[in-house]
Amino acid sequence: MNDKEMSAGKMSNGHFVSQDPFNPHSIETLTPAQEKFYMASQWKLMWWKLKRHRLAVICGVILALNYATIMFSEVIAPYNLHSRNSDYIYSPPQSVHLFHQGEFIGPFVYGRDFELDMEILKRNYPERLDDVQPLRFFCSGDSYRFWGLFEASFHLICPPENGTFFLLGTDRLGRDMFSRITYGARISLTIGLVGIIISFTFGIIIGGLAGYYGGWVDASVQRLIEVIRSFPELPLWMALSAVLPVNWSPILIFFGITVILALLDWTGLARAVRSKLLSLREEDYCAAAELMGAKPGRIIGRHLLPGFMSHLIASATLSIPAMILGETALSFLGLGLRPPVTSWGVLLNEAQNINVVALYPWLLYPVVPVILVILTFNFFGDGLRDAADPYK
Amino acid sequence: MLHYLVRRLLTMIPTLLVISMLVFVIIQLPPGDYLESHIAELQSQGEAVDEQKIQFLREQYGLDKPMLHQYWFWLTGMLQGDFGYSFEYDLPVTEVVGDRLFLTVIVSIATIVFTWVMAFPIGIYSATHQYSWGDYGLSTLGFLGLATPNFLLALVMLYLANVYFGTSIGGLMEPEYIDAPWSIDKMLSILEHLWIPVVVIGTSGTAGMIRRLRANLLDELQKQYVTTGRAKGLPPGKLLRKYPLRIALNFFVADIGNLLPTVISGAEIVAVVMSLPMTGPILLSALQSQDMYLAGSFLMFLALLTVFGVLVSDIALALLDPRIRLGGTAGK
Repeated sequence: MNDKEMSAGKMSNGHFVSQDPFNPHSIETLTPAQEKFYMASQWKLMWWKLKRHRLAVICGVILALNYATIMFSEVIAPYNLHSRNSDYIYSPPQSVHLFHQGEFIGPFVYGRDFELDMEILKRNYPERLDDVQPLRFFCSGDSYRFWGLFEASFHLICPPENGTFFLLGTDRLGRDMFSRITYGARISLTIGLVGIIISFTFGIIIGGLAGYYGGWVDASVQRLIEVIRSFPELPLWMALSAVLPVNWSPILIFFGITVILALLDWTGLARAVRSKLLSLREEDYCAAAELMGAKPGRIIGRHLLPGFMSHLIASATLSIPAMILGETALSFLGLGLRPPVTSWGVLLNEAQNINVVALYPWLLYPVVPVILVILTFNFFGDGLRDAADPYK
Repeated sequence: MLHYLVRRLLTMIPTLLVISMLVFVIIQLPPGDYLESHIAELQSQGEAVDEQKIQFLREQYGLDKPMLHQYWFWLTGMLQGDFGYSFEYDLPVTEVVGDRLFLTVIVSIATIVFTWVMAFPIGIYSATHQYSWGDYGLSTLGFLGLATPNFLLALVMLYLANVYFGTSIGGLMEPEYIDAPWSIDKMLSILEHLWIPVVVIGTSGTAGMIRRLRANLLDELQKQYVTTGRAKGLPPGKLLRKYPLRIALNFFVADIGNLLPTVISGAEIVAVVMSLPMTGPILLSALQSQDMYLAGSFLMFLALLTVFGVLVSDIALALLDPRIRLGGTAGK
């Protein structure tokens, strides 16, 4: 083999070998789009992936809107939570009309009379078809204390002057169902969030200890979780909430119920944390941290948890609906929240008697937001869970 | 197999012990003991208090003894079939519970059978026709079923039956059988009425199981042995029946453990809504009046029901699946 042949890159056995210095980037150059993708942080990737899941995005928007309304319940509800219209007990929903005798008037309702059907003792409210009562918008109506801070009386929609506007009817005290559902959202939606924060904390601490230490800590935690999971949830919730003292204030009861809901809910999260930790603590970076003298709390919190936080958040989202349902069921049975605190479950408590419901079916309306919120949470949580693993 | 069975039975003991402790703590949580509140209630109604009976009950259940002692009393009493005394009904708990527990068991079993019968074909269809219109439709239905709490479904169904048929669909049997002794006719009457609560309770469980079965079967269908089978020309139906379906069956049995607590929870609340003669209404009223022995025994019964249900499913699974059976004898 002589020099001339070498410089041409030809080996004696006939193979071609390039003499150029090896440049790994020459094999594949990244397009700007690819580069953006590879350089993006995990959260950014999750966001991109979530955005592609159209159903989850829609559900997320609906949820966000729902949560936005609870900030302004007082403004959105035409009536106050407790304002009674004793002339309109069990009034059916009033429909909103736009045209009166072929003439466009804008949103209005008809005035109504009251009569009692003596045969079945049902209250009837026939409409007076000549009495047009236009609705008022951006107006001043029932006064309220906004967030309990200052007096105000601004509403988005108000009943007509000297008239009524019951979009979803009224209950046995003549309270407007629509307003009560709007206010009820405040309690029903927050109880899930507060509950999940408590159960999240439990889950991470207990699961973290079990997963990091292993051994007997792990074994006993596993046993405990098995026992809790083998128990039918609802009867246990019922028993625990029946134990709350009768003389507690409604606010204390609210927190009591939240803690009770969380007490049975942390097991799923704890399991997830444990199994992840068990596999992650064998990783090299964990051993490195340990060798450098990091304490278990720091290793778990600083190095291990961030690795699967996205998963945890996604699964937490999926367990919020269960809590909302739990609260609804308990309040429905009369074991949960107590008036004057009003949630959807408390509203449904009035629908327990089927004979009343048969006469006044609009008492069942709180069912609709419950199902809607649970459904959207499920879809949104599903989308989040898919997005939580953006490298897949 | 025997090894596995013994081991499985032994692990049940600590579980039941912990459950009994939990239940006992719940019984003890309300301030004062039941007799005190019972006496106060009687006195407030101006009724005479039978000192002798109170004294007898106090001694019988060791209410004047320390906590641990009471627990021991309660536990050993249960082992001998004495579940305590209901102060509201003035009867031993076993007599109050009797038939109601039996009916709860019947409804739970029927619900699980219903769940299987519904979930199996739908799950298979969804998995084999992934992303078809049928799959989407069924998935949406399933989601709706999952999201609809069963007590709300019960309410809505009660309302609809009331409006369209003018009848109440509450109750588990014709009125004439309610206090009658058990007979063939009574059983038939129960069977006739059973389907409504079963459908109501089973809906969310069915929806959940369809989703799990679909996911499981989809995993299985992507495995290499399926591809191999297909490549060798096995007809699709036979291929499905012969392997992936059988593996999915295992999961069906194993899922009882998941299903049972939900079913029993659902049965409780649906029974309250539809006023069925099951444990739910009594448990609720016992909790509301803080008749804690009765409530505690109910909780204990329900937990026992779940634990035994899971035991049965584990044994069935061991019979079905040699991996579990042999894993039990070989040890870890």
